[in-house]
Amino acid sequence: MEYLAYGAFFLTIAMTYALICLGLNVQWGQTGLFNVGVAAFVGAGAYTSGLFTTPAVVDRLGGFDLPIWVGWIAAALVGGVLSFLVGALTIRMRTDYLAITTFGIAITLQLAFQNLEGLTGGVFGMSFIPRAFGDLQGRSIAFNLSNFALAAAMVFAVYLLLQHLMRSPWGRLLRAVREDETAAQSMGKNPVSLRLQAFVLGGAIMGLAGAVQAHFIGFIAPGNYLPMMTFQVWAMLIVGGSGNNRGAILGAVLVWAIWALSGSIISEIFPADQQARAASLQIVVIGVMLCLILLWRPQGILPEARTSSRHLGKRPDKGPKP
Amino acid sequence: MTEMKNSPDSNGPLAARDLKKSFGGNRVVDGMSLALGPGEMLGLIGPNGAGKTTMFNLLAGTLASDAGSIHLSGTDVTRTSQQGRCRLGLSRSFQIPKPFSRMTILENVMTAAQNQAGENVLRAMMQPRLVAKQEQANVARARDLIDFVSLSHLEDQPASVLSGGQRKLLELARVLMTQPRVILLDEPAAGVNPALLDLIIDRIAQIHAQGIAVLLIEHNMEMIARLCPRVIVMAAGKLLAEGTPQDVTRRADVIDVYLDGAPA
Ligand SMILES: Nc1ncnc2c1ncn2[C@@H]1O[C@H](COP(=O)(O)OP(=O)(O)OP(=O)(O)O)[C@@H](O)[C@H]1O
Ligand SMILES: [Mg+2]
Repeated sequence: MEYLAYGAFFLTIAMTYALICLGLNVQWGQTGLFNVGVAAFVGAGAYTSGLFTTPAVVDRLGGFDLPIWVGWIAAALVGGVLSFLVGALTIRMRTDYLAITTFGIAITLQLAFQNLEGLTGGVFGMSFIPRAFGDLQGRSIAFNLSNFALAAAMVFAVYLLLQHLMRSPWGRLLRAVREDETAAQSMGKNPVSLRLQAFVLGGAIMGLAGAVQAHFIGFIAPGNYLPMMTFQVWAMLIVGGSGNNRGAILGAVLVWAIWALSGSIISEIFPADQQARAASLQIVVIGVMLCLILLWRPQGILPEARTSSRHLGKRPDKGPKP
Repeated sequence: MTEMKNSPDSNGPLAARDLKKSFGGNRVVDGMSLALGPGEMLGLIGPNGAGKTTMFNLLAGTLASDAGSIHLSGTDVTRTSQQGRCRLGLSRSFQIPKPFSRMTILENVMTAAQNQAGENVLRAMMQPRLVAKQEQANVARARDLIDFVSLSHLEDQPASVLSGGQRKLLELARVLMTQPRVILLDEPAAGVNPALLDLIIDRIAQIHAQGIAVLLIEHNMEMIARLCPRVIVMAAGKLLAEGTPQDVTRRADVIDVYLDGAPA
Protein backbone atom coordinates (compact mmCIF):
# COMPACT_ATOMS: atom_id res chain seq x y z
CA MET A 1 0.00 0.00 0.00
CA GLU A 2 2.91 2.29 0.66
CA TYR A 3 3.94 1.72 -2.94
CA LEU A 4 0.58 2.92 -4.17
CA ALA A 5 0.91 6.13 -2.19
CA TYR A 6 4.45 6.59 -3.42
CA GLY A 7 3.40 5.82 -7.01
CA ALA A 8 0.68 8.46 -6.85
CA PHE A 9 3.08 10.93 -5.28
CA PHE A 10 5.64 10.27 -7.98
CA LEU A 11 3.08 10.60 -10.77
CA THR A 12 1.68 13.84 -9.35
CA ILE A 13 5.12 15.42 -9.46
CA ALA A 14 5.58 14.02 -12.95
CA MET A 15 2.29 15.65 -14.00
CA THR A 16 3.44 19.04 -12.74
CA TYR A 17 6.57 18.62 -14.84
CA ALA A 18 4.40 17.58 -17.77
CA LEU A 19 2.61 20.92 -17.47
CA ILE A 20 5.90 22.84 -17.52
CA CYS A 21 7.01 20.73 -20.44
CA LEU A 22 3.81 21.52 -22.38
CA GLY A 23 4.54 25.21 -21.82
CA LEU A 24 8.07 24.82 -23.15
CA ASN A 25 6.71 22.86 -26.10
CA VAL A 26 4.56 25.82 -27.15
CA GLN A 27 7.60 28.07 -26.98
CA TRP A 28 10.33 25.87 -28.36
CA GLY A 29 8.70 22.86 -30.02
CA GLN A 30 6.08 24.78 -31.90
CA THR A 31 7.56 28.25 -32.23
CA GLY A 32 11.31 27.84 -31.95
CA LEU A 33 11.73 30.25 -29.03
CA PHE A 34 14.76 29.36 -26.97
CA ASN A 35 13.82 29.79 -23.31
CA VAL A 36 16.69 28.87 -21.01
CA GLY A 37 15.07 30.38 -17.94
CA VAL A 38 12.14 28.00 -17.50
CA ALA A 39 12.66 27.84 -13.73
CA ALA A 40 12.04 31.59 -13.42
CA PHE A 41 8.53 31.35 -14.85
CA VAL A 42 7.69 28.30 -12.76
CA GLY A 43 9.07 29.97 -9.65
CA ALA A 44 7.21 33.21 -10.31
CA GLY A 45 3.98 31.24 -10.51
CA ALA A 46 4.71 29.27 -7.34
CA TYR A 47 5.58 32.33 -5.27
CA THR A 48 2.64 34.29 -6.60
CA SER A 49 0.22 31.58 -5.66
CA GLY A 50 1.89 31.21 -2.28
CA LEU A 51 1.54 34.92 -1.65
CA PHE A 52 -2.16 34.88 -2.38
CA THR A 53 -3.19 31.69 -0.64
CA THR A 54 -1.10 31.31 2.51
CA PRO A 55 -2.68 32.28 5.82
CA ALA A 56 -1.75 35.70 7.20
CA VAL A 57 1.84 35.91 8.41
CA VAL A 58 3.70 38.53 10.40
CA ASP A 59 7.18 38.54 8.93
CA ARG A 60 6.38 38.93 5.24
CA LEU A 61 3.94 40.55 2.88
CA GLY A 62 0.91 38.67 1.65
CA GLY A 63 -0.77 35.78 3.27
CA PHE A 64 -4.12 36.74 1.84
CA ASP A 65 -5.60 33.34 2.58
CA LEU A 66 -7.45 33.17 -0.75
CA PRO A 67 -8.71 29.92 -2.29
CA ILE A 68 -6.28 27.75 -4.22
CA TRP A 69 -7.95 28.39 -7.56
CA VAL A 70 -7.33 32.12 -7.17
CA GLY A 71 -3.67 31.26 -6.70
CA TRP A 72 -3.65 29.19 -9.89
CA ILE A 73 -5.14 32.00 -11.94
CA ALA A 74 -2.83 34.60 -10.43
CA ALA A 75 0.15 32.35 -11.12
CA ALA A 76 -0.80 31.88 -14.76
CA LEU A 77 -1.31 35.63 -15.13
CA VAL A 78 2.04 36.46 -13.56
CA GLY A 79 3.77 33.84 -15.72
CA GLY A 80 2.11 35.39 -18.75
CA VAL A 81 2.91 39.00 -17.83
CA LEU A 82 6.53 38.14 -17.06
CA SER A 83 6.79 36.40 -20.45
CA PHE A 84 5.19 39.36 -22.13
CA LEU A 85 7.75 41.75 -20.68
CA VAL A 86 10.69 39.52 -21.57
CA GLY A 87 9.27 38.76 -25.01
CA ALA A 88 8.29 42.31 -25.89
CA LEU A 89 11.86 43.40 -25.21
CA THR A 90 13.66 40.66 -27.06
CA ILE A 91 11.57 38.72 -29.56
CA ARG A 92 11.98 41.25 -32.34
CA MET A 93 15.74 41.04 -32.00
CA ARG A 94 18.06 38.22 -32.99
CA THR A 95 17.07 34.89 -31.50
CA ASP A 96 20.05 34.64 -29.15
CA TYR A 97 18.90 37.73 -27.26
CA LEU A 98 15.89 35.84 -25.97
CA ALA A 99 18.15 33.07 -24.71
CA ILE A 100 20.44 35.52 -22.94
CA THR A 101 17.53 37.45 -21.44
CA THR A 102 15.68 34.40 -20.16
CA PHE A 103 18.91 33.16 -18.63
CA GLY A 104 19.37 36.51 -16.94
CA ILE A 105 15.81 36.53 -15.67
CA ALA A 106 16.27 33.08 -14.18
CA ILE A 107 19.34 34.17 -12.23
CA THR A 108 17.73 37.44 -11.15
CA LEU A 109 14.48 35.90 -9.96
CA GLN A 110 16.28 33.13 -8.15
CA LEU A 111 18.27 35.75 -6.25
CA ALA A 112 15.09 37.70 -5.63
CA PHE A 113 13.37 34.64 -4.16
CA GLN A 114 16.37 34.25 -1.89
CA ASN A 115 16.78 37.84 -0.79
CA LEU A 116 13.40 39.57 -0.83
CA GLU A 117 12.61 38.15 2.58
CA GLY A 118 9.67 40.43 3.13
CA LEU A 119 7.98 39.01 0.08
CA THR A 120 9.24 35.47 -0.35
CA GLY A 121 10.40 34.35 3.05
CA GLY A 122 14.04 34.39 1.88
CA VAL A 123 16.17 31.27 2.11
CA PHE A 124 13.63 29.61 4.38
CA GLY A 125 11.00 29.83 1.68
CA MET A 126 7.26 29.82 2.13
CA SER A 127 5.50 27.17 4.11
CA PHE A 128 1.89 26.44 5.00
CA ILE A 129 0.88 26.79 1.38
CA PRO A 130 -2.60 25.25 1.37
CA ARG A 131 -2.53 21.83 -0.25
CA ALA A 132 -5.22 20.63 -2.54
CA PHE A 133 -7.33 18.01 -0.69
CA GLY A 134 -5.56 19.14 2.47
CA ASP A 135 -8.17 17.52 4.70
CA LEU A 136 -7.03 14.12 3.40
CA GLN A 137 -3.44 14.74 4.45
CA GLY A 138 -3.58 12.15 7.20
CA ARG A 139 -4.38 9.36 4.73
CA SER A 140 -1.48 9.39 2.33
CA ILE A 141 -3.01 7.07 -0.28
CA ALA A 142 -6.23 9.03 -0.63
CA PHE A 143 -4.33 12.33 -0.50
CA ASN A 144 -1.80 11.40 -3.15
CA LEU A 145 -4.36 9.75 -5.39
CA SER A 146 -6.70 12.75 -5.31
CA ASN A 147 -3.83 15.08 -6.06
CA PHE A 148 -2.71 12.87 -8.89
CA ALA A 149 -6.22 12.92 -10.34
CA LEU A 150 -6.29 16.69 -10.08
CA ALA A 151 -2.87 17.20 -11.65
CA ALA A 152 -3.64 14.70 -14.41
CA ALA A 153 -6.91 16.47 -15.15
CA MET A 154 -5.04 19.74 -15.46
CA VAL A 155 -2.48 18.22 -17.81
CA PHE A 156 -5.32 16.80 -19.86
CA ALA A 157 -7.14 20.14 -20.00
CA VAL A 158 -4.02 22.01 -21.06
CA TYR A 159 -3.26 19.29 -23.59
CA LEU A 160 -6.75 19.61 -25.11
CA LEU A 161 -6.45 23.38 -25.21
CA LEU A 162 -3.09 23.21 -26.98
CA GLN A 163 -4.33 20.62 -29.46
CA HIS A 164 -7.32 22.85 -30.16
CA LEU A 165 -5.01 25.79 -30.74
CA MET A 166 -2.69 23.86 -33.03
CA ARG A 167 -5.64 23.03 -35.24
CA SER A 168 -6.98 26.59 -35.19
CA PRO A 169 -5.94 29.38 -37.60
CA TRP A 170 -3.43 30.41 -34.93
CA GLY A 171 -1.66 27.05 -35.13
CA ARG A 172 -1.80 27.14 -38.90
CA LEU A 173 -0.13 30.53 -38.93
CA LEU A 174 2.49 29.31 -36.47
CA ARG A 175 3.42 26.52 -38.89
CA ALA A 176 3.37 28.90 -41.85
CA VAL A 177 5.71 31.37 -40.17
CA ARG A 178 8.03 28.54 -39.20
CA GLU A 179 8.20 27.37 -42.80
CA ASP A 180 8.59 30.71 -44.55
CA GLU A 181 8.50 33.91 -42.61
CA THR A 182 8.85 36.20 -45.64
CA ALA A 183 5.95 34.53 -47.41
CA ALA A 184 3.79 34.90 -44.30
CA GLN A 185 4.70 38.58 -44.01
CA SER A 186 3.84 39.14 -47.64
CA MET A 187 0.35 37.89 -46.72
CA GLY A 188 -0.02 40.57 -44.08
CA LYS A 189 0.96 38.43 -41.11
CA ASN A 190 2.99 39.72 -38.18
CA PRO A 191 5.47 37.06 -37.02
CA VAL A 192 6.69 39.11 -34.05
CA SER A 193 3.24 39.38 -32.54
CA LEU A 194 2.61 35.70 -33.21
CA ARG A 195 5.82 34.64 -31.44
CA LEU A 196 5.05 36.91 -28.55
CA GLN A 197 1.64 35.27 -28.18
CA ALA A 198 3.23 31.82 -28.14
CA PHE A 199 5.82 32.92 -25.61
CA VAL A 200 3.18 34.38 -23.30
CA LEU A 201 0.97 31.31 -23.57
CA GLY A 202 3.93 29.05 -22.74
CA GLY A 203 4.95 31.27 -19.83
CA ALA A 204 1.42 31.31 -18.41
CA ILE A 205 1.34 27.50 -18.48
CA MET A 206 4.70 27.38 -16.68
CA GLY A 207 3.40 29.79 -14.04
CA LEU A 208 0.32 27.64 -13.53
CA ALA A 209 2.52 24.56 -13.24
CA GLY A 210 4.55 26.27 -10.53
CA ALA A 211 1.39 26.92 -8.54
CA VAL A 212 0.11 23.37 -8.96
CA GLN A 213 3.45 22.06 -7.72
CA ALA A 214 3.45 24.43 -4.74
CA HIS A 215 -0.07 23.46 -3.71
CA PHE A 216 0.85 19.79 -3.81
CA ILE A 217 4.06 20.00 -1.80
CA GLY A 218 2.84 22.78 0.50
CA PHE A 219 6.26 24.36 0.76
CA ILE A 220 8.55 26.25 -1.61
CA ALA A 221 12.09 27.52 -1.33
CA PRO A 222 14.52 29.31 -3.67
CA GLY A 223 16.47 26.08 -4.12
CA ASN A 224 13.56 24.55 -6.07
CA TYR A 225 14.03 26.98 -8.94
CA LEU A 226 17.65 26.50 -9.89
CA PRO A 227 18.91 26.16 -13.48
CA MET A 228 18.75 22.43 -12.77
CA MET A 229 14.98 22.58 -13.19
CA THR A 230 15.36 24.23 -16.59
CA PHE A 231 17.78 21.50 -17.60
CA GLN A 232 15.38 18.78 -16.48
CA VAL A 233 12.48 20.26 -18.43
CA TRP A 234 14.56 20.63 -21.56
CA ALA A 235 15.70 17.03 -21.22
CA MET A 236 12.08 15.94 -20.86
CA LEU A 237 11.01 17.75 -23.99
CA ILE A 238 13.90 16.51 -26.10
CA VAL A 239 13.49 12.92 -24.93
CA GLY A 240 9.72 12.91 -25.35
CA GLY A 241 9.67 14.65 -28.71
CA SER A 242 9.87 18.37 -29.25
CA GLY A 243 6.84 19.70 -31.11
CA ASN A 244 4.58 16.89 -29.95
CA ASN A 245 2.31 17.56 -26.96
CA ARG A 246 1.95 13.88 -26.16
CA GLY A 247 5.71 13.58 -26.41
CA ALA A 248 6.12 16.40 -23.91
CA ILE A 249 3.95 14.55 -21.38
CA LEU A 250 5.64 11.20 -22.00
CA GLY A 251 9.09 12.76 -21.73
CA ALA A 252 8.19 14.38 -18.42
CA VAL A 253 7.08 11.06 -16.89
CA LEU A 254 10.04 9.14 -18.29
CA VAL A 255 12.79 11.55 -17.35
CA TRP A 256 11.26 12.13 -13.92
CA ALA A 257 11.15 8.36 -13.39
CA ILE A 258 14.80 8.00 -14.26
CA TRP A 259 15.66 10.99 -12.10
CA ALA A 260 13.78 9.62 -9.09
CA LEU A 261 15.07 6.07 -9.58
CA SER A 262 18.70 7.11 -9.95
CA GLY A 263 18.23 9.30 -6.88
CA SER A 264 17.05 6.43 -4.72
CA ILE A 265 19.72 4.08 -6.04
CA ILE A 266 22.37 6.62 -5.16
CA SER A 267 21.00 7.00 -1.66
CA GLU A 268 21.10 3.22 -1.27
CA ILE A 269 24.67 2.62 -2.37
CA PHE A 270 26.56 5.68 -1.19
CA PRO A 271 27.34 6.36 2.46
CA ALA A 272 25.57 9.35 3.96
CA ASP A 273 28.59 11.62 3.95
CA GLN A 274 29.09 11.24 0.20
CA GLN A 275 25.51 11.50 -0.94
CA ALA A 276 25.59 15.22 -1.63
CA ARG A 277 28.40 14.71 -4.11
CA ALA A 278 26.95 11.50 -5.50
CA ALA A 279 23.73 13.33 -6.28
CA SER A 280 25.42 14.93 -9.25
CA LEU A 281 25.46 11.44 -10.76
CA GLN A 282 21.76 11.99 -11.41
CA ILE A 283 22.67 14.77 -13.81
CA VAL A 284 25.12 12.44 -15.50
CA VAL A 285 22.43 9.81 -15.93
CA ILE A 286 20.05 12.33 -17.54
CA GLY A 287 22.87 13.67 -19.68
CA VAL A 288 23.73 10.20 -20.94
CA MET A 289 20.07 9.57 -21.68
CA LEU A 290 19.92 12.81 -23.67
CA CYS A 291 22.97 11.82 -25.68
CA LEU A 292 21.53 8.41 -26.48
CA ILE A 293 18.25 9.90 -27.63
CA LEU A 294 20.00 12.52 -29.73
CA LEU A 295 22.09 9.79 -31.36
CA TRP A 296 19.38 7.25 -32.06
CA ARG A 297 16.20 9.24 -32.18
CA PRO A 298 17.05 12.90 -32.56
CA GLN A 299 13.41 13.88 -32.92
CA GLY A 300 12.51 12.29 -29.60
CA ILE A 301 10.41 9.26 -28.79
CA LEU A 302 7.26 10.77 -30.32
CA PRO A 303 8.34 13.00 -33.21
CA GLU A 304 6.26 15.97 -34.23
CA ALA A 305 3.12 14.81 -36.00
CA ARG A 306 1.79 16.46 -39.11
CA THR A 307 -1.05 18.64 -37.92
CA SER A 308 -3.53 20.28 -40.15
CA SER A 309 -6.32 22.61 -39.33
CA ARG A 310 -9.95 21.62 -39.26
CA HIS A 311 -11.28 22.19 -42.71
CA LEU A 312 -14.86 22.10 -41.59
CA GLY A 313 -15.82 19.27 -43.85
CA LYS A 314 -14.71 18.00 -47.19
CA ARG A 315 -15.49 19.57 -50.52
CA PRO A 316 -19.23 19.56 -50.89
CA ASP A 317 -19.11 18.73 -54.60
CA LYS A 318 -16.86 15.70 -54.38
CA GLY A 319 -18.34 13.62 -51.61
CA PRO A 320 -16.24 11.84 -49.00
CA LYS A 321 -12.70 11.02 -49.92
CA PRO A 322 -10.77 7.96 -48.75
CA MET B 1 17.69 59.15 -66.09
CA THR B 2 15.03 59.29 -68.78
CA GLU B 3 12.14 61.56 -67.81
CA MET B 4 8.97 59.51 -67.54
CA LYS B 5 6.21 60.60 -69.85
CA ASN B 6 3.54 60.49 -67.21
CA SER B 7 5.31 61.42 -64.01
CA PRO B 8 4.24 59.25 -61.04
CA ASP B 9 0.82 60.26 -59.90
CA SER B 10 0.87 59.47 -56.22
CA ASN B 11 -2.90 59.01 -56.13
CA GLY B 12 -2.98 55.98 -58.44
CA PRO B 13 -3.11 52.43 -57.06
CA LEU B 14 0.68 52.26 -56.87
CA ALA B 15 3.30 54.94 -57.45
CA ALA B 16 7.01 54.88 -56.79
CA ARG B 17 9.34 57.83 -57.13
CA ASP B 18 13.10 57.76 -57.44
CA LEU B 19 13.70 54.46 -55.59
CA LYS B 20 17.27 53.49 -54.83
CA LYS B 21 18.76 50.35 -53.38
CA SER B 22 22.35 49.21 -53.01
CA PHE B 23 23.80 45.94 -51.76
CA GLY B 24 27.24 46.75 -50.45
CA GLY B 25 28.64 49.10 -53.06
CA ASN B 26 26.46 47.63 -55.78
CA ARG B 27 23.61 49.95 -56.74
CA VAL B 28 20.93 47.59 -58.00
CA VAL B 29 18.00 50.01 -58.22
CA ASP B 30 19.15 53.44 -59.22
CA GLY B 31 16.43 56.07 -59.23
CA MET B 32 13.49 54.07 -60.56
CA SER B 33 10.04 55.62 -60.78
CA LEU B 34 6.84 54.05 -61.96
CA ALA B 35 3.12 54.59 -61.74
CA LEU B 36 0.40 52.02 -62.07
CA GLY B 37 -2.95 53.37 -63.23
CA PRO B 38 -6.31 52.15 -61.92
CA GLY B 39 -6.98 48.67 -63.29
CA GLU B 40 -3.85 48.83 -65.41
CA MET B 41 -1.76 45.82 -66.42
CA LEU B 42 1.80 47.07 -66.67
CA GLY B 43 4.72 44.95 -67.86
CA LEU B 44 8.17 45.27 -66.30
CA ILE B 45 10.88 43.77 -68.49
CA GLY B 46 14.64 43.89 -68.70
CA PRO B 47 17.65 41.60 -68.91
CA ASN B 48 18.71 39.28 -66.10
CA GLY B 49 20.10 41.20 -63.17
CA ALA B 50 18.48 44.48 -64.23
CA GLY B 51 17.00 44.86 -60.73
CA LYS B 52 13.37 43.95 -61.46
CA THR B 53 12.92 41.57 -58.53
CA THR B 54 14.71 44.01 -56.25
CA MET B 55 12.26 46.67 -57.42
CA PHE B 56 9.41 44.33 -56.40
CA ASN B 57 11.02 43.78 -53.04
CA LEU B 58 11.10 47.54 -52.50
CA LEU B 59 7.52 48.05 -53.66
CA ALA B 60 6.17 45.25 -51.47
CA GLY B 61 8.27 46.22 -48.48
CA THR B 62 10.21 42.95 -48.44
CA LEU B 63 13.28 45.20 -48.49
CA ALA B 64 13.57 48.80 -47.31
CA SER B 65 14.61 51.30 -49.98
CA ASP B 66 17.63 53.55 -49.44
CA ALA B 67 15.85 56.53 -50.98
CA GLY B 68 12.66 57.49 -52.76
CA SER B 69 8.98 57.21 -51.91
CA ILE B 70 6.17 54.73 -52.47
CA HIS B 71 2.44 55.49 -52.43
CA LEU B 72 -0.40 52.97 -52.32
CA SER B 73 -3.74 54.48 -53.37
CA GLY B 74 -2.51 57.87 -52.24
CA THR B 75 -1.13 56.67 -48.88
CA ASP B 76 2.59 57.06 -48.29
CA VAL B 77 3.81 53.57 -47.43
CA THR B 78 7.54 54.20 -47.78
CA ARG B 79 8.07 53.35 -44.11
CA THR B 80 5.26 50.82 -43.83
CA SER B 81 6.14 47.19 -43.18
CA GLN B 82 5.52 44.44 -45.68
CA GLN B 83 2.55 43.16 -43.68
CA GLY B 84 1.14 46.68 -43.43
CA ARG B 85 1.27 47.11 -47.20
CA CYS B 86 -0.49 43.81 -47.67
CA ARG B 87 -3.27 44.96 -45.38
CA LEU B 88 -3.57 48.06 -47.57
CA GLY B 89 -4.29 45.85 -50.57
CA LEU B 90 -0.87 45.09 -52.07
CA SER B 91 0.00 41.47 -52.69
CA ARG B 92 3.00 39.94 -54.42
CA SER B 93 4.20 36.61 -55.73
CA PHE B 94 7.79 35.45 -55.58
CA GLN B 95 10.06 34.66 -58.52
CA ILE B 96 11.17 31.58 -56.64
CA PRO B 97 7.87 30.35 -55.17
CA LYS B 98 7.67 30.18 -51.41
CA PRO B 99 5.08 27.52 -50.64
CA PHE B 100 4.58 26.35 -47.05
CA SER B 101 5.84 22.95 -48.13
CA ARG B 102 4.60 20.80 -45.29
CA MET B 103 1.15 22.34 -45.29
CA THR B 104 -1.58 21.29 -47.69
CA ILE B 105 -2.54 23.32 -50.73
CA LEU B 106 -5.79 24.24 -49.00
CA GLU B 107 -3.99 25.36 -45.86
CA ASN B 108 -1.52 27.36 -47.92
CA VAL B 109 -4.36 29.32 -49.48
CA MET B 110 -6.35 29.58 -46.23
CA THR B 111 -3.37 31.16 -44.49
CA ALA B 112 -3.50 34.09 -46.88
CA ALA B 113 -7.00 35.15 -45.80
CA GLN B 114 -7.03 38.55 -44.09
CA ASN B 115 -8.52 39.57 -40.74
CA GLN B 116 -8.77 36.08 -39.29
CA ALA B 117 -9.96 36.30 -35.70
CA GLY B 118 -8.56 32.83 -35.07
CA GLU B 119 -5.01 34.01 -35.74
CA ASN B 120 -5.03 35.68 -32.34
CA VAL B 121 -4.39 33.17 -29.59
CA LEU B 122 -6.94 34.65 -27.19
CA ARG B 123 -9.69 34.86 -29.76
CA ALA B 124 -8.88 31.35 -30.98
CA MET B 125 -9.62 30.23 -27.40
CA MET B 126 -12.52 32.51 -26.54
CA GLN B 127 -14.50 32.90 -29.75
CA PRO B 128 -14.79 29.42 -31.27
CA ARG B 129 -18.09 30.22 -32.99
CA LEU B 130 -16.80 33.32 -34.74
CA VAL B 131 -13.62 31.47 -35.74
CA ALA B 132 -15.61 28.54 -37.12
CA LYS B 133 -17.83 30.88 -39.09
CA GLN B 134 -14.87 32.68 -40.63
CA GLU B 135 -13.15 29.41 -41.40
CA GLN B 136 -16.24 28.22 -43.22
CA ALA B 137 -16.34 31.34 -45.36
CA ASN B 138 -12.60 31.21 -46.00
CA VAL B 139 -12.57 27.54 -46.89
CA ALA B 140 -15.24 28.15 -49.52
CA ARG B 141 -13.32 31.05 -51.02
CA ALA B 142 -10.03 29.15 -50.88
CA ARG B 143 -11.60 26.25 -52.75
CA ASP B 144 -12.94 28.58 -55.42
CA LEU B 145 -9.45 29.96 -55.91
CA ILE B 146 -7.91 26.50 -55.95
CA ASP B 147 -10.41 25.58 -58.65
CA PHE B 148 -9.54 28.81 -60.46
CA VAL B 149 -5.89 27.76 -60.70
CA SER B 150 -6.83 24.14 -61.47
CA LEU B 151 -5.27 22.54 -58.39
CA SER B 152 -8.48 21.09 -56.89
CA HIS B 153 -7.36 17.51 -57.23
CA LEU B 154 -4.34 18.29 -55.02
CA GLU B 155 -5.98 20.35 -52.29
CA ASP B 156 -5.26 17.82 -49.52
CA GLN B 157 -1.67 17.21 -50.62
CA PRO B 158 1.29 18.94 -49.01
CA ALA B 159 2.62 21.74 -51.20
CA SER B 160 5.93 19.88 -51.47
CA VAL B 161 4.39 17.58 -54.10
CA LEU B 162 3.78 20.44 -56.54
CA SER B 163 5.81 20.90 -59.71
CA GLY B 164 7.49 24.20 -60.47
CA GLY B 165 4.63 25.38 -62.63
CA GLN B 166 2.03 24.29 -60.09
CA ARG B 167 3.88 26.23 -57.42
CA LYS B 168 3.45 29.33 -59.55
CA LEU B 169 -0.28 28.61 -59.67
CA LEU B 170 -0.39 28.17 -55.90
CA GLU B 171 1.34 31.55 -55.49
CA LEU B 172 -1.34 33.06 -57.68
CA ALA B 173 -4.14 31.58 -55.58
CA ARG B 174 -2.52 32.78 -52.35
CA VAL B 175 -2.06 36.28 -53.76
CA LEU B 176 -5.74 36.43 -54.69
CA MET B 177 -6.84 35.08 -51.32
CA THR B 178 -5.64 38.32 -49.70
CA GLN B 179 -8.27 40.19 -51.77
CA PRO B 180 -5.74 42.66 -53.15
CA ARG B 181 -6.30 45.82 -55.13
CA VAL B 182 -2.78 45.76 -56.58
CA ILE B 183 -0.77 42.66 -57.37
CA LEU B 184 2.86 42.23 -58.27
CA LEU B 185 3.63 39.04 -60.19
CA ASP B 186 7.29 38.05 -60.52
CA GLU B 187 7.67 35.82 -63.58
CA PRO B 188 4.45 33.86 -63.11
CA ALA B 189 5.25 31.82 -66.22
CA ALA B 190 8.89 30.96 -65.55
CA GLY B 191 9.48 27.25 -65.86
CA VAL B 192 5.87 26.62 -66.74
CA ASN B 193 5.16 24.15 -69.55
CA PRO B 194 3.31 25.42 -72.64
CA ALA B 195 0.03 23.80 -71.63
CA LEU B 196 0.05 25.55 -68.25
CA LEU B 197 1.25 28.77 -69.84
CA ASP B 198 -2.05 29.33 -71.62
CA LEU B 199 -3.87 28.65 -68.37
CA ILE B 200 -1.76 31.17 -66.47
CA ILE B 201 -2.17 33.84 -69.14
CA ASP B 202 -5.91 33.29 -69.14
CA ARG B 203 -6.11 33.49 -65.35
CA ILE B 204 -4.08 36.69 -65.19
CA ALA B 205 -6.34 38.21 -67.85
CA GLN B 206 -9.37 37.25 -65.74
CA ILE B 207 -7.84 38.79 -62.62
CA HIS B 208 -7.21 41.96 -64.55
CA ALA B 209 -10.79 41.93 -65.84
CA GLN B 210 -11.95 42.14 -62.21
CA GLY B 211 -10.36 45.58 -62.02
CA ILE B 212 -7.24 44.62 -60.06
CA ALA B 213 -4.14 46.57 -61.08
CA VAL B 214 -1.27 44.28 -62.05
CA LEU B 215 2.46 44.83 -62.34
CA LEU B 216 3.96 41.91 -64.20
CA ILE B 217 7.62 40.91 -64.50
CA GLU B 218 8.08 38.47 -67.34
CA HIS B 219 10.76 37.34 -69.79
CA ASN B 220 8.22 35.67 -72.06
CA MET B 221 7.54 38.42 -74.59
CA GLU B 222 4.61 36.59 -76.11
CA MET B 223 2.89 36.70 -72.77
CA ILE B 224 3.77 40.37 -72.27
CA ALA B 225 2.43 41.21 -75.72
CA ARG B 226 -0.82 39.40 -75.03
CA LEU B 227 -1.43 40.91 -71.60
CA CYS B 228 0.18 44.33 -71.30
CA PRO B 229 -0.77 47.40 -73.34
CA ARG B 230 2.17 49.24 -71.76
CA VAL B 231 5.59 48.05 -70.61
CA ILE B 232 8.56 49.65 -68.95
CA VAL B 233 12.08 48.43 -69.56
CA MET B 234 14.62 48.35 -66.77
CA ALA B 235 18.37 48.03 -67.29
CA ALA B 236 21.13 48.32 -64.71
CA GLY B 237 18.69 49.60 -62.12
CA LYS B 238 17.36 52.42 -64.28
CA LEU B 239 14.34 53.03 -66.45
CA LEU B 240 15.47 52.57 -70.04
CA ALA B 241 12.28 52.80 -72.07
CA GLU B 242 8.53 52.87 -71.85
CA GLY B 243 5.77 52.25 -74.39
CA THR B 244 3.77 49.51 -76.06
CA PRO B 245 5.47 46.12 -76.19
CA GLN B 246 5.80 46.45 -79.98
CA ASP B 247 7.47 49.87 -79.89
CA VAL B 248 9.75 49.11 -77.02
CA THR B 249 11.13 45.87 -78.41
CA ARG B 250 12.06 47.59 -81.66
CA ARG B 251 14.21 50.25 -79.99
CA ALA B 252 17.92 49.88 -80.56
CA ASP B 253 18.92 50.73 -77.00
CA VAL B 254 16.53 48.10 -75.64
CA ILE B 255 17.87 45.50 -78.08
CA ASP B 256 21.40 46.37 -76.99
CA VAL B 257 20.88 45.69 -73.31
CA TYR B 258 19.70 42.17 -73.93
CA LEU B 259 23.02 40.35 -74.16
CA ASP B 260 22.18 38.24 -77.15
CA GLY B 261 21.14 41.35 -79.07
CA ALA B 262 17.56 40.19 -79.56
CA PRO B 263 14.58 41.33 -77.47
CA ALA B 264 13.84 37.89 -76.03
N1 LIG C 1 19.87 40.39 -51.31
C1 LIG C 1 20.82 40.69 -52.23
N2 LIG C 1 22.10 40.86 -51.84
C2 LIG C 1 23.06 41.18 -52.73
N3 LIG C 1 22.84 41.33 -54.04
C3 LIG C 1 21.59 41.18 -54.49
C4 LIG C 1 20.51 40.85 -53.61
N4 LIG C 1 19.38 40.77 -54.33
C5 LIG C 1 19.74 41.02 -55.60
N5 LIG C 1 21.06 41.28 -55.71
C6 LIG C 1 21.77 41.62 -56.93
O1 LIG C 1 21.06 42.62 -57.58
C7 LIG C 1 21.09 42.45 -58.97
C8 LIG C 1 19.69 42.49 -59.52
O2 LIG C 1 18.98 41.37 -59.06
P1 LIG C 1 17.43 41.17 -59.36
O3 LIG C 1 17.07 39.86 -58.77
O4 LIG C 1 16.69 42.34 -58.89
O5 LIG C 1 17.42 41.10 -60.94
P2 LIG C 1 16.24 40.73 -61.92
O6 LIG C 1 16.08 41.87 -62.83
O7 LIG C 1 15.04 40.29 -61.17
O8 LIG C 1 16.87 39.50 -62.70
P3 LIG C 1 16.19 38.17 -63.27
O9 LIG C 1 15.52 38.55 -64.53
O10 LIG C 1 17.33 37.27 -63.51
O11 LIG C 1 15.24 37.67 -62.24
C9 LIG C 1 21.80 41.14 -59.23
O12 LIG C 1 23.12 41.43 -59.63
C10 LIG C 1 21.80 40.47 -57.88
O13 LIG C 1 22.97 39.71 -57.71
MG1 LIG D 1 14.00 38.55 -60.96
